[in-house]
Amino acid sequence: MSYCRQEGKDRIIFVTKEDHEAPSNAELVADDPNDPYEEQGLILPNGDINWNCPCLGGMASGPCGSQFKEAFSCFHYSKEEVKGSECIDNFRNMQECMQRYPELYPQEEDKESSQAEASSSSVSAAPTEGSALPPETDSTPATSTSESAVSSDSTSLIDNQTAS
Amino acid sequence: IHTTAQLKMDFAHQLLVHVRDYYVTLPLCYQNHHPPLSRPQLSLQSRPLHLLWRVVSTVHDLCMEPVHLSWVLMIIQDHALTVSLFCFLPFSFFSLSLSRARCRSLMQTPGGPAPASLKVPSHTPYLLIGGGTASFAAARSIRARDPGAKVLIVTDEPDPPYMRPPLSKELWFSNDPSVTETLRFKQWNGKERSIYFQPPSFYINAEELDGAENGGVAVLTGKKVVHMDVRGNKIKLDDDTEISYDKCLIATGGVPRNLQVIERAGEEVMKKTTLFRKIEDFKSLDKVSRNIKSITIIGGGFLGSELACALGRRSTEYDLEVVQMFPEKGNMGKVLPEYLSNWTTEKVKSEGVKVISEALVKSVVCKDDKLEIKLKDGRLVKTDHIVAAVGLEPNVDLAKSAGLEVDSDFGGFRVNAELQARSNIWVAGDAACFYDIRLGRRRVEHHDHAVVSGRLAGENMTGANKPYWHQSMFWSDLGPDVGYEAIGIVDSSLPTVGVFAKATAKDTPKAATEKSGTGIRSESETEDTAISPVASLTPAPNVGQHKDEYGKGVIFYLRDKVVVGIILWNVFNRMPIARKIIKDGEEHADLNEVAKLFNIHDD
Repeated sequence: MSYCRQEGKDRIIFVTKEDHEAPSNAELVADDPNDPYEEQGLILPNGDINWNCPCLGGMASGPCGSQFKEAFSCFHYSKEEVKGSECIDNFRNMQECMQRYPELYPQEEDKESSQAEASSSSVSAAPTEGSALPPETDSTPATSTSESAVSSDSTSLIDNQTAS
Repeated sequence: IHTTAQLKMDFAHQLLVHVRDYYVTLPLCYQNHHPPLSRPQLSLQSRPLHLLWRVVSTVHDLCMEPVHLSWVLMIIQDHALTVSLFCFLPFSFFSLSLSRARCRSLMQTPGGPAPASLKVPSHTPYLLIGGGTASFAAARSIRARDPGAKVLIVTDEPDPPYMRPPLSKELWFSNDPSVTETLRFKQWNGKERSIYFQPPSFYINAEELDGAENGGVAVLTGKKVVHMDVRGNKIKLDDDTEISYDKCLIATGGVPRNLQVIERAGEEVMKKTTLFRKIEDFKSLDKVSRNIKSITIIGGGFLGSELACALGRRSTEYDLEVVQMFPEKGNMGKVLPEYLSNWTTEKVKSEGVKVISEALVKSVVCKDDKLEIKLKDGRLVKTDHIVAAVGLEPNVDLAKSAGLEVDSDFGGFRVNAELQARSNIWVAGDAACFYDIRLGRRRVEHHDHAVVSGRLAGENMTGANKPYWHQSMFWSDLGPDVGYEAIGIVDSSLPTVGVFAKATAKDTPKAATEKSGTGIRSESETEDTAISPVASLTPAPNVGQHKDEYGKGVIFYLRDKVVVGIILWNVFNRMPIARKIIKDGEEHADLNEVAKLFNIHDD
């Protein structure tokens, strides 16, 4: 049973888990997906790339920003069968640029990345409502997954994943 | 010899590492609060990024076989995430043609002053006055939207843009003795980063800005803008250099306020007083706090309480007495409703702080190399050093020469909903008094607001014409057990409704776990055991307040029956729901029903 008390203008309610079990009847206003004021994701409603998406971090704005934009744009609008296959030069330019700024675009050795990954695996906290992602597994470096890379039995991989 | 699959995997791995490093720990992602360091969790605001990482790494493990890809994609609900996944994964198919460059990742070097420029450009398309968070966010926004944009940041500080929150939080918890030099801290995900948004190599030299083919961001440090000529679209620096601009952002932030009694108390007292805001203040306070016996923080708000807790943690280690005094009844008295403010004060005390509430400083004198603080009620506090955390004075020095309006209610430059002051002039961050379509005119002094408003200003400087709409949030931690996130107008003078998870015998907080390698006590003391359900049913107005454990919950702040502010008390990853409720601006008959949306009982 919930318990309620008033202290002057402030109301305090204590609720148990059971109290909050029934779904809420609070009404929320339906969102307009095309609201121009809202923060946009990576792809805008008209299909363009949102270069200012926070998810891109500094990729579009740093020293290799223009190379990145060219490569990604080329890829995004590519209609080839293997998407982006005509964009190899752009990707190469991008990678060459990024190599000149290792501080900004780090490319780690496997050893280091496995260490960092071990600590970042705890990044993946329990997924929130709805997303039923498989349980966290350490992303192991490429070398040690060579067996699974070579394995062609796709079904068994799914099973392994869900079973772990 | 590597197989094709191996090469694919290697490059995909590289790409993923890059994605993780660059996206997951992107500098502006710091806007997303992380819970007290003892309990790292994901913030929903960054959820797409982390989902991206998790999904990509999952697919990586599954070798990107198309059938697995579609299975994984089915699970992802975020449309943008799905699209971005499509975009990034196939990069791996180019691994065969691109050479693998395996550079050892370099430790980020401490961001020193940007290289001193000999020749400052006489004109810049984008001029950003101030080198803080809002300015950096704007620079990034401009560069993202205007290809090849040339952006000049002018700051009177010696440092390139950096984030402020760690100066009163994480940097104090670092185990590294050289932290005052490196200015690196451990994030919630265990990864270390610098407080500087970007290392020096991100920026180009000011003198190279004009000729830069693809543009860039240049930072002019140690220079102050002293005059602004709006008609002529130009500014003048303190060395008489003139720079003209096409578009200008004023992001001058503010200067810490001081108590008048201290200002009048003379040089001896001023020498033993710290006004805390910048890197140099952190460095000097760190040094001072190691060499004295007693320190007093005046101010009971965010900064004061955070510094008090940070120093309180050191108190046993360094034999340091930490006192915090303020006029309110409890910590965060202007933000939290009284019952919660009182509860919080007890928590601050348990961090080793001697809290003196309802304290009004009457005078401060220096006697025998010690400071004597006399309070209006007669109490006397003797201490070695004072930290004054009594608010921020927005920097509107340029208002006069520029002819810009200053707001008399909130201070700061008055701007419209699009953050514009005059035709080519925008203002963002602490110095901006702006019109919030939903909540009315306000001025906000928080990190995330600097990021959000800086970004918006940058967007509008490149032609977007969008109003302030995405509500910024803020957060604070008080020790390893109490953390909260807040959004909107969170003013304790408003009526509030707080919905808390009733503590049951089962509800003991988990002990702090792996992520505590930062020098904090590695185990949180389990909170005082929950009250039994029976006891809570018998209302005992006098005693009940102390028996109640406000472990976790959500507090609504109301103005004319509409929720204008929300605090998420020790519940994390729910900010988007809070943001939505404020955005809707609806009257809700039963706030307990609204509280249900937060699932406060889940972890």
